[in-house]
Amino acid sequence: MPSDATAIVSARRLVKHFGTLAAVDGIDFDVFTGECFGFLGPNGAGKTSTIRMITCVSPVTSGELLVDGLDVGRDGRRIKARLGVVPQEDNLDPDLPVRQSLFVYARYFDIPSQVARQRIDEALALFQLQDRANEVVDNLSGGMKRRLSIARALVSEPKILVLDEPTTGLDPQARHLVWRKLRLLKGQGVTMLLSTHNMEEASHLCDRIVIMHLGRILAQGPPADLIIRHVGEEVLELEAADQAEKAQALGHLVGLDGVTVEDVEDIVFVLGLGPHGPQVASELISHGHRARLRRATLEDVFLRLTGRGLIE
Amino acid sequence: MTFGGVSYRSFRVWQRNGDVFLRLWHAELVWPIVEPVLILLALGLGLGVFVELGGDQTYMEFLTPGLLAVYPMWGAVAECAWGSYVRMSMQHTYDAIIVTPVNLEDVIAGEIFWGATRGLISTFYIILVALLFTPAYSLVDSPLVILVPIVAVLQGVMFASISMSYTSTAVSLASLNFFFSLVVTPMFWLGGIFFPIDSLPKGFQVLAWFLPVSHVVAIQRGLVEGDLHWSHLGDLAWILVVAAFFFRLALLLMRRRLIK
Repeated sequence: MPSDATAIVSARRLVKHFGTLAAVDGIDFDVFTGECFGFLGPNGAGKTSTIRMITCVSPVTSGELLVDGLDVGRDGRRIKARLGVVPQEDNLDPDLPVRQSLFVYARYFDIPSQVARQRIDEALALFQLQDRANEVVDNLSGGMKRRLSIARALVSEPKILVLDEPTTGLDPQARHLVWRKLRLLKGQGVTMLLSTHNMEEASHLCDRIVIMHLGRILAQGPPADLIIRHVGEEVLELEAADQAEKAQALGHLVGLDGVTVEDVEDIVFVLGLGPHGPQVASELISHGHRARLRRATLEDVFLRLTGRGLIE
Repeated sequence: MTFGGVSYRSFRVWQRNGDVFLRLWHAELVWPIVEPVLILLALGLGLGVFVELGGDQTYMEFLTPGLLAVYPMWGAVAECAWGSYVRMSMQHTYDAIIVTPVNLEDVIAGEIFWGATRGLISTFYIILVALLFTPAYSLVDSPLVILVPIVAVLQGVMFASISMSYTSTAVSLASLNFFFSLVVTPMFWLGGIFFPIDSLPKGFQVLAWFLPVSHVVAIQRGLVEGDLHWSHLGDLAWILVVAAFFFRLALLLMRRRLIK
């Protein structure tokens, strides 16, 4: 976290209730200018509720939420003029041609038409949609619609680009294209705020993430730091057909300090082996066990923090 | 100046709907012009032969001002029911707009103004048809007919607001049918378009007086026939009050529905 950076979004004890349900239950975070900040969490974690408060379409129940120094409750219009929002579900104008749909959107921001036309051309070129400019939006593929949604969010030259699960439902080619473009935008200094439950996406794009669960923040930091802090560098995966095989295999771990064993039905994850990893793995393999040592990922952190029962 | 949080940005929403309309106008062209012509032919010329109005007015002349009330009503009401529901719940157009500097109140007001515009377009169609028929059947008797579009805007805002208020409570596209069966269709048949309200039994007359459309019919009749009375000011006041009430109600109910 750069100490000299200024927070462009900051939340303090932020709470959102729907009736008796606390969708967001007192969270604190700061997003700094120029970074890509990710909200990670399972469905129902409170990611979308948080995003909706930031985009001023859902009132804050309590706590403080400032965007670019302005209060979301008082300065909604001024904040919204500085945001570009990519929704979870496409909500493009299906009946309009691509270019005209962006032009209509630019008008919501009172962008003069000359300026709008130029920015639309740039955004369409950036997202490789210039050949489709006169095509009716409804005729575009899912991947193209997603790209158009992001292009649309850029037309107002936002200070912050807010993306709610930007690649959900896309095939790998389309997803990677979107990621490339988002990295490019990040390189140009656009601040990005991203919600996702795709770990690869978070590792690919985010400088820092928060892991949310049931309305709370369980961990925050750069993805690589979170992996080291909560899982370690490597994970040993052990397949076992039955309890006996499992018990026998786990017998090899006796006497190792700081090791965490996560038992998930037919597979066991062993975390925190540290420098002993390769040695333990080859010992298990030599005894006929199906063991595999691999690099830890953000998914391991995620499942560890939000997930299943742990046996330690 | 704001009314219930509405700003000039509602115009942006109106423009958006206008742009989509202009792309699809050919699909929207036929119905609003064919129906009134059919009514004039079937009821005015056909059935009208058997109708004695007790004066020298023909039934076709009697029908014309009523059509200026109900077809624009259909235009405005349908736009803010089917059209708005599709934009709100199926295309998620409102979600797209309210994350821009345009607020929800601007969206709802823009939708209502657009509904009124659809009513106005329908009004122009019917004036055109009536003028075409006028040399043969003297349907338009007065130059006051040029004031009809002004009333059409007011009635359009009123009907669009009523429709928008109902749409804010609709749980599905099909549930809009209740509104059409129980509100719009009765206004169509019982609002004094096809027969004078005073030919109804007393109880129904009182009921019909409360239908907003009957006051619209009264004013349009005055303008087309060139026969205005002070009582038309009462009708106008009624329309303004109902329009203002439902406009505010639509804003309120839509906020309750959409801002969680």
